Amino acid sequence: MRSRRKIGSKIYVALVMVFLYIPIAVLILYSFNDGKTSVWKGFTLKWYYELFNNSAIMNSLYNTLIIAVLAAVISTLLGTFAAIGIYNMKKPVRSLVTTVSNIPIINPEIVTGVSFMLLFTFLGTLFNFEMGFATVLIAHISFCTPYVILNVMPKLRQMDYSIYEAALDLGCNQRQAFFKTIMPEIMPGVISGLLMSFTYSLDDFVITYFTRGPKFQTLPIEIYTMLKRRISPTINALSTLLFVITIAILIIVNIRERKTEKERMTD
Amino acid sequence: MKKILSIALSAVMAGTAALACTGCDSQPKEEINVFNWGEYVSNGEDGTLDTIAEFEERYNVKVNYTNYESNEEMYNLLKESNSSYDVIIPSDYMISKLIEEDMLEKINFDNVPNYKNIMDKYKTTDFDPNGEYSVPYSWGVVALCYNKTMVEEKPTGFDVLWDKDYSGNILMFNNSRDAMAIAMKLKGITPTTVTKDDIDVATKYLSEQKPLLKKYVMDQVFTEMEGDQAALAPYYAGDIAVMMTNNENLDYVLPEEGSNLFIDSMCIPKTTQNKELAEKFINYMLDAEVAKANAEYLGYSTPNQAAYELLDDEVKNNELIYPSDEYLSKCYTFSDLPQDVYDYMQNEFLKVQL
Repeated sequence: MRSRRKIGSKIYVALVMVFLYIPIAVLILYSFNDGKTSVWKGFTLKWYYELFNNSAIMNSLYNTLIIAVLAAVISTLLGTFAAIGIYNMKKPVRSLVTTVSNIPIINPEIVTGVSFMLLFTFLGTLFNFEMGFATVLIAHISFCTPYVILNVMPKLRQMDYSIYEAALDLGCNQRQAFFKTIMPEIMPGVISGLLMSFTYSLDDFVITYFTRGPKFQTLPIEIYTMLKRRISPTINALSTLLFVITIAILIIVNIRERKTEKERMTD
Repeated sequence: MKKILSIALSAVMAGTAALACTGCDSQPKEEINVFNWGEYVSNGEDGTLDTIAEFEERYNVKVNYTNYESNEEMYNLLKESNSSYDVIIPSDYMISKLIEEDMLEKINFDNVPNYKNIMDKYKTTDFDPNGEYSVPYSWGVVALCYNKTMVEEKPTGFDVLWDKDYSGNILMFNNSRDAMAIAMKLKGITPTTVTKDDIDVATKYLSEQKPLLKKYVMDQVFTEMEGDQAALAPYYAGDIAVMMTNNENLDYVLPEEGSNLFIDSMCIPKTTQNKELAEKFINYMLDAEVAKANAEYLGYSTPNQAAYELLDDEVKNNELIYPSDEYLSKCYTFSDLPQDVYDYMQNEFLKVQL
């Protein structure tokens, strides 16, 4: 009985993995195709070479990464301190503020995108500026911060507040007590908020599309506009590289965690 | 862990600041905002001309090159946001709409000497009768692509898309304007401007076609036809030529009843901040070598006589890309439709598809 269940669950997991990864496998395979179509014409590395030569795609990639990194870092800072502030509010105010901060998450992206565009256009004609890098960054920070708050709040609730008070009793001032007791406790939430913000920003299409202005383009938009004619295999090459880098990072993190676990167990 | 994190974060921020500063330090160049379809200019792959980079180098300016996927998207962004686009490349019917709504600048042809390269027949068009607001960039016809191994005798026109023998293997345009235009022309209506009664006629005819179709497609047509998965599809001439090079079983037919002639032209919207630089860009695009490189990358037909002469004979004589004047006289272009008629057309087409 137990062995049958084990094999059954293994087959199930295998099927799920296949379902998730076959599209990526096809994508990677066709990045080596000597031809732009779905007909296999031979193995080549030329799309990787063309990718680095293609200034438009490289520019979009650079823009996308810069926005993602800046938006993630800034919204993590904002979100962490916001979460701490919210945690210390009285109950009625706290639930109000929490609800308001959840609105960007629940709101359909297209509503957020169009409202930002209208806002920036209105302000732009008033203060004579155009949409571009700054507006995209502001929009991204706006929709990433709630995710950070959502990630840090549970960690704050789990935390034992008396540790902070104990630190104060033992002679720390408020700042020292905060960094020595509270920060380590909420750090997992902060990290996951950071990663989530990075992913959401990297991935965003709708909101960026409406706030980009005439000078700024990111990778998702670049790929979308290729749809009408033909998505060049340089995109396949780029996706393969991103995928490989992500897997590499995950493997390294995994190995490090296993190491620290082993060290903890042998202590 | 905390130390590593803070070091990593500060490295990232320092790095970004440094990168941003290197951008600031360089001399402020003139900038031009070009808004174009995706994959629509030669981009330097395989040793071909990188159109945008070459312009930047030649004139020492910065080109902000952004893209759109449809005329409607471009129109919305142009109208609703205060973005200052300098050059846009819309299609025929959208240009007529922009002219009507007074959103385009008249081009000063003193700054565009290469305009002489444009073939005379494209200098004035239905949508821009005096040729003041637009400079043609590419054109083409809608033709029929068929698979020689799956279709018995060579078709003559779009009526074969209603042929029951090929039921389940027929593809059709997944956009209302192109689909209805084919139906209307077969029923004797010229789809340049239409009325709601014309749309009703087309809707009825398209409903008869629906059960015979494999599916409605736009860019999926490439995969379907190149993979021998469908027998018949109407599509744009240049794209059919690409499909034919990827699959020897494919061939084309210019429908005998006439077809849609589409033209994409370069325009200068009123939001431009630098009209002279925009005209310089248009002039550059009309240069024979540049236009030739773009035409080869695009696969569509060029209205530029000087570029045409530089093309390979194989392309010049290809009737699909450069149909005879006699055939072109049978073709029609799209004009702008009143909003309520256009909405009606889209709704009726949706009803047919469901």
